[in-house]
Amino acid sequence: MIRINGSAARLPDDPRVSLLDLLRERLQLSGTKKGCDQGACGACTVLVDGQRILSCLALAVQYDGCSVTTIEGLAADGALHPLQRAFVEHDGLQCGYCTPGQICSAVGMVEEVRRGVPSLVTSDLCAETIALTHDELRERMSGNLCRCGAYNGIVDAIAEYAETAR
Amino acid sequence: MIPFTYTRAASVSDAIRLGAATQAKYLGGGTNLVDLLRETIEQPSSLVDVTGLSNTIEERSDGSLMIGAAAHNTAVAEHPAVRRRYPVLARAILAGASAQVRNMATVGGNLLQRTRCTYFYDNDSARCNKREPGRGCDALDGFNRTHAILGTSSACVATHPSDMCVALAALGAVVHLTGAKGARTVPLTGLHRLPGERPDVETELEPGELITAVEVPALSFAARSTYRKVRDRASYAFAIVAVAAAIEFDGATVTDVRLALGGVATKPWRAWAAEAALKGKPATAENFRAAAAAELAGAKPLRDNGFKVQLAKRTIVAVLAELTGVQG
Repeated sequence: MIRINGSAARLPDDPRVSLLDLLRERLQLSGTKKGCDQGACGACTVLVDGQRILSCLALAVQYDGCSVTTIEGLAADGALHPLQRAFVEHDGLQCGYCTPGQICSAVGMVEEVRRGVPSLVTSDLCAETIALTHDELRERMSGNLCRCGAYNGIVDAIAEYAETAR
Repeated sequence: MIPFTYTRAASVSDAIRLGAATQAKYLGGGTNLVDLLRETIEQPSSLVDVTGLSNTIEERSDGSLMIGAAAHNTAVAEHPAVRRRYPVLARAILAGASAQVRNMATVGGNLLQRTRCTYFYDNDSARCNKREPGRGCDALDGFNRTHAILGTSSACVATHPSDMCVALAALGAVVHLTGAKGARTVPLTGLHRLPGERPDVETELEPGELITAVEVPALSFAARSTYRKVRDRASYAFAIVAVAAAIEFDGATVTDVRLALGGVATKPWRAWAAEAALKGKPATAENFRAAAAAELAGAKPLRDNGFKVQLAKRTIVAVLAELTGVQG
């Protein structure tokens, strides 16, 4: 069994089914998007036990017993998650296809910063706390591509959310 | 994907037993293997999931660090001992892929990931000696800007894609293996084979042998180390040239040095010639350049990647300058 947004779901019998296809094709949770299906774009990003991963490169059977949060699970009882509100306010999207992945990724990213995980642009690797500067934010979100180029709004939305979540 | 069975190994011995089956493959985070399954480049009959095996990162009394093969890339990069004692390793890992991929990928899987040569991936129309031994290599006369200049053969010019392995090569890491005949170790620099006539045989692993851990020996001067990766965009891209370096420097002389290169070679490339040229010498820009030239003397550029020779030399010099404060 696997938990998706708090509800138990059965794992597929066929081990070839990706976590992405389990969500979209079998559980009708189409919020998570299939972009490249080869780990290059980040559109399929979901949270597994709080960690952001790419659901297109995940065989669903590997996640037996895990707890998955998708974009549908972030909006509790129909109210937008604070980061979703920030994306609306800052025009963090145009076509919207990359948005669920951007948002799940950013939620995981802010948690990584809180935990003190360094990034490539962190100058002091041993620093106990890391400030989420513009450069840090961009580097940490580099796994999520936006073909519309809405990056300025995306960065502003995430920066605002990170500030309030702190 | 071609159908396969899936089993989760409960222990190393369980994994070895399951891995002995014909056409079995071990599965780590899946960040490379799942893609290769989808492209039908890999067609195993069974997958043995080894992500439930040891993922501990242990500092041992002899000063070495023992990393379980199932440890995730993120876990290694964020480990306090790695950040403090082996910055080159933390930075190499953080230079690779994206945070999502690093959260999934394992150390063992990273060592065994396969090349991203576009002709290797073009299963429908390109010739590739890694996929079909003896068929030919379309990269040799094709678009080979990203390909290797060191360790190549007339059969294969594909680069090894890992960043982590380049740092591990510089640090003298040791790979722990277990197979049907028992446990053994090989140095990381001896794990991957040069392509020669058989580029399809990429490592010295016996059939069914499993990577259980990677040991990073104590190396006091590794605290002064770094990793620099040059690529076509600032993040989330494979290396064009990468340099891992650690240096022991008394203010005037390079008393010891470790250098390894990525993005330019068919395997994680320990720069033995550059190390020999620099060790015991004054830390001067001239000596840095001579060391870089010694390593690249054997480079064999292809049609599109001749620029990598200069770029590799300059990156080596720049990294040594950064670590010593000597103007490059």
